[in-house]
Amino acid sequence: MDNSNTTHLKREVLVRLIKAYINQEMKELYKLPFEMRPKNAEVPYRCCIYKERAILRQRAIAGLGLSVETDDEMTSLTQYGQQAIDREKPDEEILTVVETACKGCVPSRVYVTELCQGCVARPCVSTCKFGAIQIKDGKSVIDGEKCKNCGMCMNVCPYSAIVRLKVPCEDACPVGAITKNENGHAEIDFDKCISCGACVGACPFAAVHEKSQVIDVLKQMKAGKKVVAMLAPSVVGQLPVSINKIAQGLIKAGFDEVFEVAYGADVTARTEAVDFKERMEEGHEFMTTSCCAAYNELVDKHIPEMKPFRSETRTPMHYTAQIVKERYPDSVAVFIGPCVAKRKEAQKDEYTDYVMNFEEMGALFVALNIEVAHLEDYQFADVASKEGKNFAVTGGVAESVKVALKDFPELFPTCVNGLNPKSVRDLKNWAKKGQCPEGNLIEIMACEGGCVAGSACLNNKRITTKKVQEYANAAQCINDLPDIELKASK
Amino acid sequence: MEESGKISLELCFGTTCFVMGASKLQDIESFIPPQYKNKVDVKAHTCLDLCKNSTYMKAPFVKIDGEIISEATVEKVIQAIERKING
Repeated sequence: MDNSNTTHLKREVLVRLIKAYINQEMKELYKLPFEMRPKNAEVPYRCCIYKERAILRQRAIAGLGLSVETDDEMTSLTQYGQQAIDREKPDEEILTVVETACKGCVPSRVYVTELCQGCVARPCVSTCKFGAIQIKDGKSVIDGEKCKNCGMCMNVCPYSAIVRLKVPCEDACPVGAITKNENGHAEIDFDKCISCGACVGACPFAAVHEKSQVIDVLKQMKAGKKVVAMLAPSVVGQLPVSINKIAQGLIKAGFDEVFEVAYGADVTARTEAVDFKERMEEGHEFMTTSCCAAYNELVDKHIPEMKPFRSETRTPMHYTAQIVKERYPDSVAVFIGPCVAKRKEAQKDEYTDYVMNFEEMGALFVALNIEVAHLEDYQFADVASKEGKNFAVTGGVAESVKVALKDFPELFPTCVNGLNPKSVRDLKNWAKKGQCPEGNLIEIMACEGGCVAGSACLNNKRITTKKVQEYANAAQCINDLPDIELKASK
Repeated sequence: MEESGKISLELCFGTTCFVMGASKLQDIESFIPPQYKNKVDVKAHTCLDLCKNSTYMKAPFVKIDGEIISEATVEKVIQAIERKING
């Protein structure tokens, strides 16, 4: 969801945390909510200044990479700051619900609004199979005990007077992993959660946070490690400058080298092309791509029947990190992207150490006062292809496999553009039947539009899609570039 | 006011402003009511240098006839344009 107010709050908290760490003022962190909402300050969003401060305090806990769920409300931000500095590795669960920010939306239900005209036809009453609608004082009223939320009455009301009240996070989740607990607040079931980030983007109160690893990354820099940034292809257009200037900004912020993940995407494209050809020659019905981390979690947790159809190919992030570690064995590899699920993937990946999102990258630039437009262009050591650079946009991955296959007329690509209850149902059906009527190479993107629609983007996907495509179109074809030699995977 | 008699609207797309929300102002021209469109002169800047003092948290910044609007949003900017035109 596009909401200036909530993104502004989240980013301001991040900027302040980064500044505190860099200026060695972590001991003063307890003041953060008071500095953002000083005595007698305006209260822009909530009931009172105390509530706003309580929310800001919990946003800072998430910004420090810690769980809000286990907050006892007595531990100060300064103490939490110390915990963040002391930890060896980031938390396993990557999302946290800021309970004080969660509105506790009314449960999702069908509701007759005051627009009901009390008509004589009463199609709502006659349509309801459960006898849940009665006329009281000349207007329709739904009996919550009997209503099954089917929505039939909504569809027949001639005045559109009946609506479905939604809980945005629940409504956005493709796998039913976020629901309201007994206190009415959102709670994530991590056994079900596929880390797609849909709830992060959907909540109008910005109550779902990623647990930031930005302190962990800064700590590695401070310790004098060689820290390498790996920029996801979707970074193009996130700021109104070239990717080379963004990369130079990262160097200024303390990274030692910057790699384009599009370079690793070339390995993914070529490997996936070989995998696909072999499968088709063996008589398989179809193959799905395997570069979307949220899709991979969906298969592992909810559609195990899909495993035989999913390509064995590793992701662009994995290959890029492998290249980084082969070149600089003692370095720290940090993926920078728009995606929640990459944090989960990185925990399992042999080569990737940390993940930062674009919002954190932006906050880092703000905190350090880095004006990327004024920097020179960073020169990447490796040349990525047009196809690799296009991975960030829906259709780009399937297209890359098609191009890498060169001449293979039996290829019929199709895209699942966004995970939602319907596309998840489709995938389950195809896996169960072992057949897909839509095509034989299925590209899956958890976010509608591709990675450029990830939940931590800085710019809108209409603009970034265009920028990514322009950047890709200026690059060489994957088949005109040399193969990338990798040592055997661990 | 510009020499042309138009209201000058200056947007800052420097890194700080962009990260803090100026990305939402990129389409501002399409939100200006049609009757005011030819009365506003829109200019985009790489950086207006307003973030360089300690008030950076108030980004994004916009200038209307030289007057600074901090924490600018589409709504705030459009309201300011209407105020300028209607006095």
